Amino acid sequence: MLNPAVSSFGEILLYLIGGIVFVAGALLTAWIIRPSRPNVEKLATYESGEEPVGSAWGQFNVRFYIVALVFILFDVELVFLFPWATVFGKKALIDATDGMWGWFAFVEMTIFVAILGLGLAWAWAKGLLDWVKPEPVVKQQGSPVPPGLYEQINRTVAAAARAEQRKQKE
Amino acid sequence: MTTLLFFLPFLLLFVVLAVWAERKVSALIQDRLGPMEVGHWGLLQTVADLLKLLQKEDIVPAAADRKMFLVAPVIIFVAVFAGYAVLPLTNGWAGSATAVGVFYLISIISLDVIGILMAGWGSNSKYSLYGALRSVAQIISYEVPLGLTILCTVMLAGSLNLQEISFQQGIWVNDVVGAEAERLWLFGLPALGVELTEVGGFLTWNVVRMPLFFFVWLIFFIASLAECNRAPFDLPEAESEIVGGYHTEYSGFRWSLVFLAEYSMMLLVSFLGVILFWGSWNTPLPNVGPLRLAEWTSGAPGTVAGHLWSGFWLISKAFLMILLQMWIRWTYPRLRVDQLMSLCWKYLTPAAIILLLLTGVWRLIGIG
Repeated sequence: MLNPAVSSFGEILLYLIGGIVFVAGALLTAWIIRPSRPNVEKLATYESGEEPVGSAWGQFNVRFYIVALVFILFDVELVFLFPWATVFGKKALIDATDGMWGWFAFVEMTIFVAILGLGLAWAWAKGLLDWVKPEPVVKQQGSPVPPGLYEQINRTVAAAARAEQRKQKE
Repeated sequence: MTTLLFFLPFLLLFVVLAVWAERKVSALIQDRLGPMEVGHWGLLQTVADLLKLLQKEDIVPAAADRKMFLVAPVIIFVAVFAGYAVLPLTNGWAGSATAVGVFYLISIISLDVIGILMAGWGSNSKYSLYGALRSVAQIISYEVPLGLTILCTVMLAGSLNLQEISFQQGIWVNDVVGAEAERLWLFGLPALGVELTEVGGFLTWNVVRMPLFFFVWLIFFIASLAECNRAPFDLPEAESEIVGGYHTEYSGFRWSLVFLAEYSMMLLVSFLGVILFWGSWNTPLPNVGPLRLAEWTSGAPGTVAGHLWSGFWLISKAFLMILLQMWIRWTYPRLRVDQLMSLCWKYLTPAAIILLLLTGVWRLIGIG
């Protein structure tokens, strides 16, 4: 049922055009029927009801860059692996080389993947894959009472409560 | 005839129904009723919502980068929608027949990331920027295990064309135009001596052809949830932390475009998962001796029965996947950022690499 007049990439182009036309049509409809009554408060940046402080265009965590770098490493790997995946198991090529082709291509690619796996292991060992995890902050009040004492009291109180409960049951 | 004529209206109908279904499923899981007012069982609730959104004012914050802000939702939607171009729909009606098929698909839906970053950066709002950065970090990270699992299926199929991959998983394997005569074996191993070319059914699906593919599919499914920004991977739009993530500042129809793109992505990855692992448009029923169940429940390619049966199987399987996604969304709590990253890089990616090598060995043993 495929229209022979449209090439395979022509069809992809049709999809892109179709998507844009649909979006444009819908936005045009919305533009015709929607109101436009802007005011200063409405156009303010949302910050949970507070006055927005400064601009959001500032610094952010450097780890996002690291993730992007590791991603590029693996994405390039994928780009190389996809063409390989379509040919490494081709029966004609395997038969023509007495079964050598498949295993040869496979071992080659295993080495390639192993090198990249090594890269991942290195990033892992370096701690680049560990996201910042906020440590629970224990507030030091400068009190002369050692924190262990509180725990001891808690334990005694809990034990007393348990004993009380047991007594009530009996 | 291009599949665009089917997919565009189908997608709209799907989004309307899926939003309603999502609310009903969540209500069922939480022991509520869900929408009940508009239409029977609240069926028209989403239609009412859509009409409301169409009439809403399109607010562009004064501090925003206007051009970027306005264009971003269009890019997000069109990038996802263009992914549909290579999907097969029935056994006689496929999309673009390009040889790069699924490779094109994963590259075009990656453009989605650019739209999200534009939306977050262009909004000039802290919530939007955090949401966008989280989303981009998540989507590009999970693209690695996703790509690796897709690669596993491509290695087994030896083709990037999704329609060819579909044909390989059922009784019509020899009807594919331009392919050499092929025979299907149990678990893809001729050494076992059980030929399934005439049997078909679920026995010839990829997930059975290579038994480890169930685990490959699990990785694919988890990664695809993250690609859609869906719970338990909904950190980019975690309502309790960053309001709405990258679409905090959007309103009216531009906001619904972002929503539309999200549901289109859900459907797209469901289709992809079904095509790659669960037999595409092939029937689950095998031929058992004189009981020609596979032939009775699927028509020959090109016939009317063929179109109806295969379209029915593909769409109902995809809907089951959608249901699974919804079920998971309303069952599991959200992950923390460090858990998200360690799950991807320390568990899924190494596991996917090992499964990739095992698939390669399986394929070479299978081909003899």
